[in-house]
Amino acid sequence: MAKEEYTITVYTENQIGLLNRIAIIFSRRKINVESLNTSPSEVPGIHRFTIVIHEMEDIVRKLVRQIEKQVEVLKAYYNTSDEIVWQELALYKVPTSEITEKVKVERLLRQYGAKAVVIRKDYTVFETTGHREETDGLVKVLEPYGLIEFVRSARVAIIKGSRGFHEKLKEFESMAEGPELVENEFLAHQEEVFDI
Amino acid sequence: MQNTLQQQQKDVLLTQTEEISGSEAVLKAFIEEGVDTIFGYPGGAIMPIYDALFDFDNKLKHILVRHEQGSIHAAQGYARTSGKTGVVFATSGPGATNLVTGLADAQIDSTPIVCITGQVFAHLLGTDAFQETDIINITTPVTKWNYQITDASEIPAVLAKAFFIAGSGRPGPVLIDITKNAQLQKFQFGGYQKCNFIRSYRPKPVVRKEYIEKAASLINSAKKPFVIFGQGVILGKAEKEFKAFIEKTGIPAAWTIMGLSALPSDHPLGVGMLGMHGNYAPNVLTNECDVLIAVGMRFDDRVTGRLDKYARQAKIIHLDIDPAEIDKNVKTTVAVWGDCKETLPLLTELTENKVYPQWLQRFKELEQDEIDACIYDELHPKTEQMTMGEVIDVLNELTNAQAVIVTDVGQHQMVACRYAKFKESKSNITSGGLGTMGFALPAAIGAKLGAPGRTVVAIIGDGGFQMTIQELGTIMQCNIDVKLLILNNQFLGMVRQWQELFHSKRYSFVNIESPDFVQVAKGYRIQGKSISKREELKNSLREMLEYKGSYLLEVMVGKENNVFPMVEAGSSVSDIRLK
Repeated sequence: MAKEEYTITVYTENQIGLLNRIAIIFSRRKINVESLNTSPSEVPGIHRFTIVIHEMEDIVRKLVRQIEKQVEVLKAYYNTSDEIVWQELALYKVPTSEITEKVKVERLLRQYGAKAVVIRKDYTVFETTGHREETDGLVKVLEPYGLIEFVRSARVAIIKGSRGFHEKLKEFESMAEGPELVENEFLAHQEEVFDI
Repeated sequence: MQNTLQQQQKDVLLTQTEEISGSEAVLKAFIEEGVDTIFGYPGGAIMPIYDALFDFDNKLKHILVRHEQGSIHAAQGYARTSGKTGVVFATSGPGATNLVTGLADAQIDSTPIVCITGQVFAHLLGTDAFQETDIINITTPVTKWNYQITDASEIPAVLAKAFFIAGSGRPGPVLIDITKNAQLQKFQFGGYQKCNFIRSYRPKPVVRKEYIEKAASLINSAKKPFVIFGQGVILGKAEKEFKAFIEKTGIPAAWTIMGLSALPSDHPLGVGMLGMHGNYAPNVLTNECDVLIAVGMRFDDRVTGRLDKYARQAKIIHLDIDPAEIDKNVKTTVAVWGDCKETLPLLTELTENKVYPQWLQRFKELEQDEIDACIYDELHPKTEQMTMGEVIDVLNELTNAQAVIVTDVGQHQMVACRYAKFKESKSNITSGGLGTMGFALPAAIGAKLGAPGRTVVAIIGDGGFQMTIQELGTIMQCNIDVKLLILNNQFLGMVRQWQELFHSKRYSFVNIESPDFVQVAKGYRIQGKSISKREELKNSLREMLEYKGSYLLEVMVGKENNVFPMVEAGSSVSDIRLK
């Protein structure tokens, strides 16, 4: 089994200390968190963590179960990159003199879909959103033109197949459980498994 | 009209509330939760709670320990024999950090504990105030849940949640840190309500019939089925259901160290202990069975040995309450999630009445091999020095296998768990997962308070005894009737055994000297005796057991005895060595 990029989405109560509880599940196993974002979710009062790691699926599944085991976690999902729509935001600070004088820069910025957020006499801040390759690409391009600062946000992701958390929360509040809470990969191969 | 009604209800509610302090609210919560014993140690930041406790003296018994580690191990012992949640008080800073070992122990062995720690005033948090420590973040990895209270009005609801979380589902330790201002603060107390639902917390997964059916058909078609069980049977209070299951299906069953005593030792289907120093037959036959049914156990590495050579031939059914345990170490064929108290009867109903005489015979044959190779010599040694095994054997005879056996960690623990006999559940108290030396002495104190009617024998090595020896003071002050049986081999024996077997006998720092334990006990006004001759053994053990009150018996045993059989680290369970 090869390592792959997985995006873990965790729906939680909004509780102090939960970030640490979730973070140490990774650090205890010496797994590097490549990106971590916390934000509100579609449901008022419910928080949403988006965590990106590079690991084997088997390990990711176990991590997700450990996360779900935490008292204040409602549900955790994991997805490969083709199962989600995701974006990252990046900011670039460049000397204004460079970009006003060199037409080529302006063309590049257009090409990368960058927007100016702040324009001052001494510097200009641009913003792009997109996938990692896109935001990284602009860094390389801007470096020769005196890139002063660069920063990129954590990933935010929408699960393509998800119908949102409103229904799920109702299940949790009524103590009922949907079928997806019980997963067993062998159930699809019953004939092989049950043949002694 | 509606409004007046609501107003009236509000008025009634207001007259029903009373103004109390945060500290009183803590103690009221304890009483509502059925707490009768608290293990603790006072200090600056928890003084308001201790002040309130002074007035609750008649309802709550407080056991003053000698070190906070002792308080939590005692609470663990209490929880394990009583089946209730153990409760601990400690102050901030060092008081709280001294709980960490016990929390880690309770976490890995799933013991329900609620610890209340004092904390500096809320306005001092983060200022490096005197005895301030970030105990919430320190204990996060070793608690099932923890929470800091800075306002007294939070106390009733948070404590209700704490008891619910600690005791439900797969139990575990909970730590509640309460700032001093919250303990002192007065607030309108509207009564205590127990918690039985938290929307984000699922103590028990819903039992799903289709998995029970699959498991049953797998069991019914098996030729050589084998049951292995752990503490889940005890924690789920499912001893009866478990017995009914194996008796109907006729399947031989082996226990993990934590599952020990859930099934009476003399049960005809009981085939011994699993694991590194477990019995020969269950270890070897794990790699021969065709269906392995794991009940309330977590496939610890000490049980499985080398994973890629563990039960590869078998279909595996795993019954567990904690979904995170399924497929964690061993891939499951059928997972039966749920409380085994509920799942076992469902499974029993769908399984056929069977017997496996030939298969059981295999266990008997291998048991005989083990008797010939090591058990006989351990119990009937030809050496001049006594063995640990023969001490346990005589103890079984004198207690009629009805005592609570508390063990520490090391060789004596393995020998005691191998040879001690049990008739009742919740009788084997040991530090299984964490392997905490120093556990037994304080745990025995709690075990006795949790089961006051039973004889409690703490079996401890000369090393572990010195780790929490100060708790003799607790035994003295609180008159705890525990029997302390020190098996002294004048070595840190388990490490020495490994050094002998795997480090060419380089005995690096295992040569531990001990004080005169009998004199030390005497200093604490505890009766004691030390023996080194076999002829004295039976009478001395009898004297210890019959003595009214606590008693320390030191038995000098062979210095360089080894515990066998043994699954060497990195070996397969079926490669277990007999010598």
